[in-house]
Amino acid sequence: MSGDAELTEPIDPDVDLHVLAHQSELARSHGAILLVIALGGGLGALARFGMGKWLPSEPGRFPWGTFLTNVVGCLLIGVLMVLVTEVLQAHPLVRPFFGVGVLGGFTTFSTYAVETQGLLEPGTVVLAFGYLAGTLVAALLAVLAGVWLTRSFTKAPVEVTA
Amino acid sequence: MTAVLVFLGAAVGAPLRYLTDRTVQARHDSMFPWGTLTVNAVGCLILGGLTGSGLGGSALALLGTGFCGALTTYSTFSYETLRLVERRSYFYAAANVVVSVLTGLGAALIGYTTVHAVLG
Repeated sequence: MSGDAELTEPIDPDVDLHVLAHQSELARSHGAILLVIALGGGLGALARFGMGKWLPSEPGRFPWGTFLTNVVGCLLIGVLMVLVTEVLQAHPLVRPFFGVGVLGGFTTFSTYAVETQGLLEPGTVVLAFGYLAGTLVAALLAVLAGVWLTRSFTKAPVEVTA
Repeated sequence: MTAVLVFLGAAVGAPLRYLTDRTVQARHDSMFPWGTLTVNAVGCLILGGLTGSGLGGSALALLGTGFCGALTTYSTFSYETLRLVERRSYFYAAANVVVSVLTGLGAALIGYTTVHAVLG
């Protein structure tokens, strides 16, 4: 199950050392990769901060702001990864900027966990498990939808030009 | 001002996720996403601790919303899970979901409870 030496498409979209291009990208970019990840991460976090202002998390309530942020981010990582691994010959800094940076900074596991923990109080335990499972299911369906939609929209033109 | 702090915290958290992920992966040859699991668990522990400390305002914006928010990721976690399913590594996919959620929640609880107890 493990031990495949090489992959053409990563399992881990942030960085997957089974992919040859990912192995060398840090040294090859001379640190530029860390700069674009920092910039993208900052911008993604700002967008999440904006979502939090729009849909603030309140004690005892379903955290819609974080929920939506994570689900939208998962949809977009599906779109992005199909584009950069299957459709386009993207610049080597595109995945680091948009995937590792923007979408990684936009989505969050820590707020999800802490919000769930905050709901583990008498009276909101059901809500806590609803949020825990609801985010999980919606996020996995979103990434599947992102991948599937992007593949179906990009497949035809590729076959025509091939 | 708060927005600047969120940006700065995330500008450190996101590259640290990338570097940690590389470092963890370099130590083994498994398809299981140990790197992402590590950053998510650590971020949950720290944010739990911050919440337990009762910190708010600027410090929470910088360290919580910015740093921990960008150190951890849901998009990477869910894409990895999908790719494991596509590669028919169903056990790894299911284990990734269960272990990530339990570890994240457990880490948040430990961070919160410990800091809350220490600070009284």
